[in-house]
Amino acid sequence: MDKLVNTIERLGGVNLLPVALAAVAFVLIGAPSSWVTLTVAGLAMGMMIFLMASGLSLVFGLMNVLNFGHSAFVSFGAFVAASVLAGLSGWLSGDSIMLGALALFLAVAAAMLFGLVAGWFFETVIIRPVYEDHLRQILITMGALIVAEQIILAVWGGTPMSVPRPGFLEGALIIGDVAIETYRIFAFVLGLAVYIALYAVLNGTRIGLLIRAGVESREMVEALGFRIDRLFIGVFMLGSALAAMGGAMWAGYVTLISPALGGEIMIIVFIVVIIGGLGSIEGTLLGAIMVGLVGNYVGFLAPKLALASNMILMMAILMWRPSGLRPAIK
Amino acid sequence: MTAPASGKRQRSPGEKAIRLIVLAIAALLLFAPFLFQDIRSLEVAARLCVFIVLVASYDLLIGYTGIVSFAHTMFFGFGAYGVAIALRQWGAGWDAVIGGSLAGVVVSLAVAVVIGLLSLRVKAIFFAMITLAAASVVLVLASQLSGLTGGEDGITFRTPALFKTATKLLVDENNKVVQLFGVKLNGKLAAYYFVFLSCLVLFILMLRLVGSPLGTVLKSIRENEARAEAIGYRVVAYRTFVFCAAAVVASLAGSIYAIWLKYTGPDTTLSFAIMIDILLMVVIGGMGTLWGAAIGAVLLVTAQYYLRDLMGVAAEATANLPLIPDILDPDRWLFWLGIIFILLVYFFPAGIAGSIMRPRAPRRACE
Amino acid sequence: MSLLSISAMRTSIGQYAILHDITLEVPEGGVFVLLGRNGAGKTTTLRSIMGLWRPSPGSIRLRGQDITGLHTADIARKGIAYVPENMGIFGGRTVAENMVLATRKGQFDATRLKRVHSLFPALEQFWTKQAWSLSGGQKQMLSVARAIIEPRDLILIDEPTKGLAPAIVDAMAEAFREIAETTTILLVEQNFNFARSLGRDMAVIEDGRIAHAGRMDAFAADTGLQDRLLGLS
Repeated sequence: MDKLVNTIERLGGVNLLPVALAAVAFVLIGAPSSWVTLTVAGLAMGMMIFLMASGLSLVFGLMNVLNFGHSAFVSFGAFVAASVLAGLSGWLSGDSIMLGALALFLAVAAAMLFGLVAGWFFETVIIRPVYEDHLRQILITMGALIVAEQIILAVWGGTPMSVPRPGFLEGALIIGDVAIETYRIFAFVLGLAVYIALYAVLNGTRIGLLIRAGVESREMVEALGFRIDRLFIGVFMLGSALAAMGGAMWAGYVTLISPALGGEIMIIVFIVVIIGGLGSIEGTLLGAIMVGLVGNYVGFLAPKLALASNMILMMAILMWRPSGLRPAIK
Repeated sequence: MTAPASGKRQRSPGEKAIRLIVLAIAALLLFAPFLFQDIRSLEVAARLCVFIVLVASYDLLIGYTGIVSFAHTMFFGFGAYGVAIALRQWGAGWDAVIGGSLAGVVVSLAVAVVIGLLSLRVKAIFFAMITLAAASVVLVLASQLSGLTGGEDGITFRTPALFKTATKLLVDENNKVVQLFGVKLNGKLAAYYFVFLSCLVLFILMLRLVGSPLGTVLKSIRENEARAEAIGYRVVAYRTFVFCAAAVVASLAGSIYAIWLKYTGPDTTLSFAIMIDILLMVVIGGMGTLWGAAIGAVLLVTAQYYLRDLMGVAAEATANLPLIPDILDPDRWLFWLGIIFILLVYFFPAGIAGSIMRPRAPRRACE
Repeated sequence: MSLLSISAMRTSIGQYAILHDITLEVPEGGVFVLLGRNGAGKTTTLRSIMGLWRPSPGSIRLRGQDITGLHTADIARKGIAYVPENMGIFGGRTVAENMVLATRKGQFDATRLKRVHSLFPALEQFWTKQAWSLSGGQKQMLSVARAIIEPRDLILIDEPTKGLAPAIVDAMAEAFREIAETTTILLVEQNFNFARSLGRDMAVIEDGRIAHAGRMDAFAADTGLQDRLLGLS
């Protein structure tokens, strides 16, 4: 038994969970082509959720700030990107891949820019006065979420908005009898690229080292002479921008968005962050992939259980590891 | 040293004022059917009774232990659905009312114990997230398991004959329903007083709870968790207990509300909008006093009716300007409430009751 | 002029006043020992100097310059290092990363690094290991090493011998003696023998106030005073 545990640890420990999950699902689903489609969908979804959740996790890890308004950045990102795409729909409908890609780039960039600015505003105006006071933090960020949702309703109205996407991302890649939506591949690749970039910054740069050390002990980093609070506002803005980017990607994925989007996403993001362990992006990625895969597999096997499945997954993991799969602090 | 809870303590003028206000609210609710003789007002009065209890039970949790739960409407819903399902399955008898309420309480207790033990132990901050996730799952389940819950449409059912509007409590010689001060003594009146009295009992029970030695322990935990733990209080056990108590009261409030409405659905019990209402009411009224809950509930329920009218007028007046009429639209009233809420949490974290009771409370040093 | 002078410092945590009136002059050079019973306010004094608690009123001056109310990071940059009771090691980072974090610019000064390695050879040996895997004594060495990798005027050290084996305590005393030749140390210590062997000046905190201050050799000779201030009451 110990030998088995050791072997699993050496091969990657909890990182193997998604693989194990996919293997179990393969047996249960039976049909390989459906399994591939579902797995790709799960991975793509996981990557988009990772974008949305990474900021929340880092912000909590670094300053012990739990931002219930985080999902507002996701919603805003989705709506800003959708509006830009709708405004540039002429570029999307044409045959030019260049114009389509440019429109997509502008949409995502606009969403991220909005996230940066909104994140700055949020951190300085809403959250700064209530550092260290969790009760008021939860209440105030919740209040901010209510206001943000109302602003979305006032600006974009209550009716669902359809999101055009560039022609080159429509359609599917067909390999044998397996069809894989192009957009899913795109979402997966983009998410992976962001993860690699984040990982490189956190592990390879001095700022990254300060952030990781700050997650472990903010006080000690300050006692060594560094202003974590100034670093924090940068992390907060980046996290908000990533959430907005995730929202923009999500809008293109579902192609029909409504103001209720943020609320639905918020639950998933929380579950991901809890499963992964607060404060580590590796954990967040792991949690996001797990949630994406479970959501898609269960949605296929037992559609009625789809939403409850994430909850059950969270409960099971919390009972096994109360601090999540890969918490930042040993 | 603090005086024993039963002893006569000197009350500050502010505290007296708050008690007078709440007493006045209770008196108004007691005579509501005679004071406001239209059906709509009676609906508002019954809603007020239920929400005062619901918000007070939430205050038990947030105000006396400092933990934030987003699952309070879930427990409210368990009670409401318990009664609704029982009354539909077993018919309109008292056995169904009692059995349904009990079933709601049992489910609430079980879920509260599981959530409490799972997340109160880990990290207080997880609690808010986990309760939010749990509540949303229950909401989805309620709309999906339509065989049991009626789905989005909810359940309409009949209550015991006593509460039917056609029921005559007292008849005169012509077999007509007797009128007292112009109010018909019919089943509707009986239903209202059923709501009023059961809510009164629950509210008094909660007052007794926080006045008991247990309340003192809770306050010391809220003031300084580490210290309370060091003295030897088992903080997790107390918190789980309070969470369970709050869940049971919320569940009973749900049962009462369901009996009054003769209907249970996601929008009247489980929706996130109600959770936000509760949160707003307890913060506006003042956390940690129970009295504040009553004031918050009255203010917000009334505002829901009158603020919206006011906003409608304002929106029309500014109809020619860009965006402003959109923001002033009566449907956007939550926008303004949200802003008021944020400002309150910044500047008057003690809420109305807390600010009146301690007019010159020292500002926190760490700010 | 004293290196550090504290006057009428008062610190409250939440609603509890921990320090009532701390007035203290720490001269330049050597080891200054802060003694006192458990809960007297020694750690709170260090944390207040470091700006981790906000004292009010009162003032803290470093070489005559007022540092009261400054941000912890700025106090550190003025030349005060802090070795907390729990050592404040970043367990998930390597020993090298812990050390890099303590440098101002992210680069080591070769001579200072050499000095650290000669003082604590174990750190060089485990340079690339994750810090959580170090022993208690090695973690303490790492924490002290971080405090001396940049030139500092004053190092605050909180109970460095707590839970360490006697042999390591001796090594630690040796290292402190060497460090104190160039940098002033303000040491909080429960182990009186350790404190006596190092300290030149000393003060005793009792109930959030300075109950006694003077030379260590005089205090060590006066057993009556020791009993009254430090003995089990």
